[in-house]
Amino acid sequence: MIFESFIGNLATLLIGIAVLGYVFRAVGQRVTQNAPFFRDMPYGVAFGYVLGLVILIWLVWGFMQSRSEDPMIANKFFFLGIAIQGFIGFAIAAWLFRLLGRAVGTAGSKKLFRSMPLTASFGILVIIIYIFLAVFAGAIAPYGQEEILQGVAANIAAGGDPALGGHPDFPLGTDQIGRDIMSRLIYGAQNTVGIAFVTTVLAFLLGGTFGFLAATLGGWLDQVLSRAVDVLMAIPSLIFALLLMTIASVWSATLGIPLTIFMIVIIAVIDSTRVYRLARAVGQNIVVMDYIEAAKLRGEGLGYLMFREILPNATAPLLAEFGLRFCFVFLTIASLSFLGVGIQPPLADWGTMVRDLAGFINYAGFAPTASITPLLAAGAIALLTVAVNFVVDWMLHKSSGLKE
Amino acid sequence: MDNVLSIILQRLALGLLTLLIVSVVIFTAVNLLPGDFAESILGQGATPEAVKSIREDLGLDQGPVTRYLSWLSGMLTGDLGTSFAQLMFQTNMGGAGDVTVVDQIAPRLSNTLFLAGVTAMIAVPIAVTLGVLAALYRNTVFDRAANVMTLSSISSPEFFMAYILILVLAVLNPILPSLSNIYDGMSFSERLEKTLLPALTLTLVVTAHMMRMTRAAIINLLASPYIEMARLKGMSPMRVIVKHALPNALAPIINVIALNLAYLVTGVVVVEVVFVYPGIGQLFVDSVKIRDIPVVQACCLIFAAAYILLNLTADVLSILSNPRLRHPK
Repeated sequence: MIFESFIGNLATLLIGIAVLGYVFRAVGQRVTQNAPFFRDMPYGVAFGYVLGLVILIWLVWGFMQSRSEDPMIANKFFFLGIAIQGFIGFAIAAWLFRLLGRAVGTAGSKKLFRSMPLTASFGILVIIIYIFLAVFAGAIAPYGQEEILQGVAANIAAGGDPALGGHPDFPLGTDQIGRDIMSRLIYGAQNTVGIAFVTTVLAFLLGGTFGFLAATLGGWLDQVLSRAVDVLMAIPSLIFALLLMTIASVWSATLGIPLTIFMIVIIAVIDSTRVYRLARAVGQNIVVMDYIEAAKLRGEGLGYLMFREILPNATAPLLAEFGLRFCFVFLTIASLSFLGVGIQPPLADWGTMVRDLAGFINYAGFAPTASITPLLAAGAIALLTVAVNFVVDWMLHKSSGLKE
Repeated sequence: MDNVLSIILQRLALGLLTLLIVSVVIFTAVNLLPGDFAESILGQGATPEAVKSIREDLGLDQGPVTRYLSWLSGMLTGDLGTSFAQLMFQTNMGGAGDVTVVDQIAPRLSNTLFLAGVTAMIAVPIAVTLGVLAALYRNTVFDRAANVMTLSSISSPEFFMAYILILVLAVLNPILPSLSNIYDGMSFSERLEKTLLPALTLTLVVTAHMMRMTRAAIINLLASPYIEMARLKGMSPMRVIVKHALPNALAPIINVIALNLAYLVTGVVVVEVVFVYPGIGQLFVDSVKIRDIPVVQACCLIFAAAYILLNLTADVLSILSNPRLRHPK
């Protein structure tokens, strides 16, 4: 069996590394005549060094393989090659971006960039690229997202190689009714990211307002809202969203309102429960401050208290939460679209594209370029959420002042 | 001990109450549907008599409270009704109408539980081990690499992970099957092999979170005086962490494990669709697409019940493992 032999190879490899780790430490001690570095090295660290070395050698070997003359071997390591190139490319870009940030800008922004880890500058760079793509999608994309190209065949494979069913004018091919996939990917930035952003803003408006309201007024309103939120949070969000989407799909047919609008409202309401919890907790800590008491004695209204006194003091935690919420909303929308009940065609959207193009993955063995499109769409989703998470992680780390 | 028992009973009662309210929410949500199920089942060419008979059959001519109570009592006795798709199939084919929602859900539920079980068996040991190692070798290359990788795998969508695994382990290196066609009468090892790829995908998603929490829980304790004492005694760092820090960090770790198993409940939906795994998540999505209300309702309630139950377990376990919560003032 292939599977058993694979497990066997893996076990052999691990035992080999374990032995090599021991040898590595012993030889190091012998050669350097017990230098402190080798003398005090725990076995786990020695194992780690050898493991890291093996992985590094394998990556270099794999990269060489992906440049191999033999197409069979080159195809097999094609994706590894791309991943390594992408990783190195992004690392260099993030490093250059950080250098740029340190040299250009105001004193404040320069200071910010000086203490920034590479992951955070990578995140900011990626977010800027996505915003740029989303705003200028119409100008960058060679064709329209709904444009069914006349006189062009449907189902052109990606890669632009005529021998494999590609076409040089359409580097990523066309879909089943002859729309350019590259244009749809670019427009996907506008639709998927834009819709997720609108949903998150809506969720924050809802959750933030009610959370601050509950914190300021307290009493029965607080009780009613909090218990309602408890119940809503007891249902897993994706499941609840799917249930409500079933109902919304019937309503959208009767009322003639696009299903996407329903989806925005449904996800915003479900996610606003999480925002409500945070806004209420943060708000409650602020409400007991003396300056709120002073504002109340001045006779300020509820709106002033909520948005002029509480909100400015709650921006930092809410901003970090905004990043995380955006990721969750974005992933929920992508999952719903992937399951076929999210953003509706003809709007181009990454989740739907992954589902529609997923079959191409099976060609990876002999025509890797043709199978890259579903991974590009899924990768576009992953890249953005990873980037946002890196930035949020850095912000949280900075504000918490954690050292260890 | 009585104290502990009463706390647990209290939590259990609270959980049941939540489940009851959730069932009201689900029922109300479904009743927001416009028009009538009967018309939507029969389509446009329905005669008024047929609509009437179906309405009576499903009890749609009664008030919402009566229907809710009969639905709830059906739930408790294991009678979840008949799915619309099956009903339509049976009336058109002249069948006897004996395939109920329970018959559809029961085998799939056990498949899903199998998948979740395999995932937990793989993910929990790996996550705790890696978390302890990351805490031990904190701020080294290993820790940084683990941090970046877990953060990436938490934030990627499940289907991205699934397709990457399919690409690497099924297409480029044909080690595991990419489709999980599970049927009755498979041997256990065959079944395990078909389940492994979806289970690995779910593992990647949940391990990251559990590992980060394990690491954080242990590192939180490292500033405590008794850790200082253990270090000063000359214990090795590994022993300090395993013997002194880990037992005290167990409460948050158990808690996060239970919460992640609850998360698995939602995670299975997407993964089951990718791998065409015949579980309850797949049934749920299919029913959502054809608006098969009885099945959607039942699945939703099962998911919610599992979610509430696991959250409850997390609650109870964290009370049991923490003496300060066990004896509240």
